[in-house]
Amino acid sequence: MISVKKLHVTFNAGTPLERRAITGIDLDLHEGEFATVIGSNGAGKSTLLAAIAGDVVPQSGRIEIGGRDVTKERPAKRAARVARVFQDPLAGSCAGLSIEENLALALMRGSRRGLGAALQAGRRAVLRERVAELGLGLENRMSDRMGLLSGGQRQALSLVMATLAGAEVLLLDEHTAALDPGMAEFVADLTQRLVTAHGLTTLMVTHSMRQALDLGTRTVMLHEGRVVLDITGDRRKSMTVDDLVAMFRRVRGGEELDDDSLRIG
Amino acid sequence: MSAIAFWGAVELGLVYGFVALGVFLAFRVLDFPDLTVDGSFPLGAALAAVAITTGWDPWLACVIAAVGGAACGLVTAFLNVRFGILNLLASILTMIALFSVNLRVMGRPNMAVLNQETVVTPFYDLGLPDHLVRPLVLTILILATVVLLARFLGSDFGLAMRAAGANARMARANGVDVGRQVYVGMALSNALTGLGGAFFAQIAGFADVTSGVGTIVVGLASVIVGETLFRTRSMFIALLACVIGSVIYRVAVQLALSADLFFLKASDLNLVTAILVALALILPKLRAGKKVVQ
Repeated sequence: MISVKKLHVTFNAGTPLERRAITGIDLDLHEGEFATVIGSNGAGKSTLLAAIAGDVVPQSGRIEIGGRDVTKERPAKRAARVARVFQDPLAGSCAGLSIEENLALALMRGSRRGLGAALQAGRRAVLRERVAELGLGLENRMSDRMGLLSGGQRQALSLVMATLAGAEVLLLDEHTAALDPGMAEFVADLTQRLVTAHGLTTLMVTHSMRQALDLGTRTVMLHEGRVVLDITGDRRKSMTVDDLVAMFRRVRGGEELDDDSLRIG
Repeated sequence: MSAIAFWGAVELGLVYGFVALGVFLAFRVLDFPDLTVDGSFPLGAALAAVAITTGWDPWLACVIAAVGGAACGLVTAFLNVRFGILNLLASILTMIALFSVNLRVMGRPNMAVLNQETVVTPFYDLGLPDHLVRPLVLTILILATVVLLARFLGSDFGLAMRAAGANARMARANGVDVGRQVYVGMALSNALTGLGGAFFAQIAGFADVTSGVGTIVVGLASVIVGETLFRTRSMFIALLACVIGSVIYRVAVQLALSADLFFLKASDLNLVTAILVALALILPKLRAGKKVVQ
């Protein structure tokens, strides 16, 4: 479903600020595969997601989604098949629009937007039902402004928005990192549930080693712009958080972890 | 203030109501600080004046003015979207160019549209006094515009435009072509302003290249007055508030001028308007600042 070949991304190429964010990544995800992506700061995790979404233009390499080359396709065009949830709960929705307006906007992702009313009765009922499935009681606040909700509520709705329009690929960029532990767990569970229900091919960047092993079917570790670990199946099942942290430490060349956040998270 | 002066102010407020709707669309919906209106308003007036004095149908003159305004908006959007020129600067470039264009359109700095067939002249036979007919016709026209605009902003396309202005990154992630939304929004905003200019030429009886100076500030003042009076989530009410804000602004100005308040002269109008808009922009910030300190 997603195929990344010999990907190189360099920011500010040819200037003193040149930074090579991705230095040759090959990655193939088959349909319905759910991979978690870990790595230290600057490893290229977010850049990889941005390149797949089209926000970043690669120096060289090729990105295919569903067998089609999308390397040069604009992000708005790619959005028909690629849904995203950002780390910042404020980034994924419009604070000034109501809950149902945000959802109606996401519902039309990839479709031609005409002059018909965005909030027709039939559509409102469908959206309300989808929100009710969250079990957060938000279905009774459909006309409230998005800005009135908590970060966790907004992330949960962002996930619903991502799955409304029948995307094939879901890109999650540390979407639970800004939430309190309870809400982070809720959103993580919701993620697993929605990904399975919709059969989405998913890449999830996370800082939490626990999440990296608990969610999904595959774990990829990036370091300095390349893949250094790619585990799946039994090998992944038998791996503990401590194993992963040890591996993480080894990859970083003996750099000491300055806290236990990786283990705890 | 006499009844005629009052209804004259209402009438001018309704004409500038079209500008207020355009400014709302650019500033509030698209978050695009657009000064193009200072040029597209007199362009609309000039195009309508030339068309009407040539003997063309006044409604056709209005359409031409709206199309001319839309073209100005597209130029500004093109400079901004295609070449990444800062939105404010892009609009200033269009505005300054339009001063020359408007002189070309009319062939002189100003022209009269007196004793001509206009959009209101057929309604003078209804039996109402003339000074009431004009506000009545304009009210119907602007209400129709508000209804259409509210429906547009409530459509899938309109929703995408609001998202493009409020959170471009989110809009892109949801498949919205933000650049195209800016083109359409700016065209629509300046079409409304051009239409306002066309009505101005017909109601006031002249078109003048300098009549555009400060259009943006008056439009913004109307939007702010409307927003202050009506805090609402309904798009229809928010748009209506812009029009009402425009009328209130004109009546207040007329009141101040006719009462000789604070020794004001008619020529002080722009200064007073600028101060009022500045205050309206500063006050909410001061209030918010205080909250932070406490």
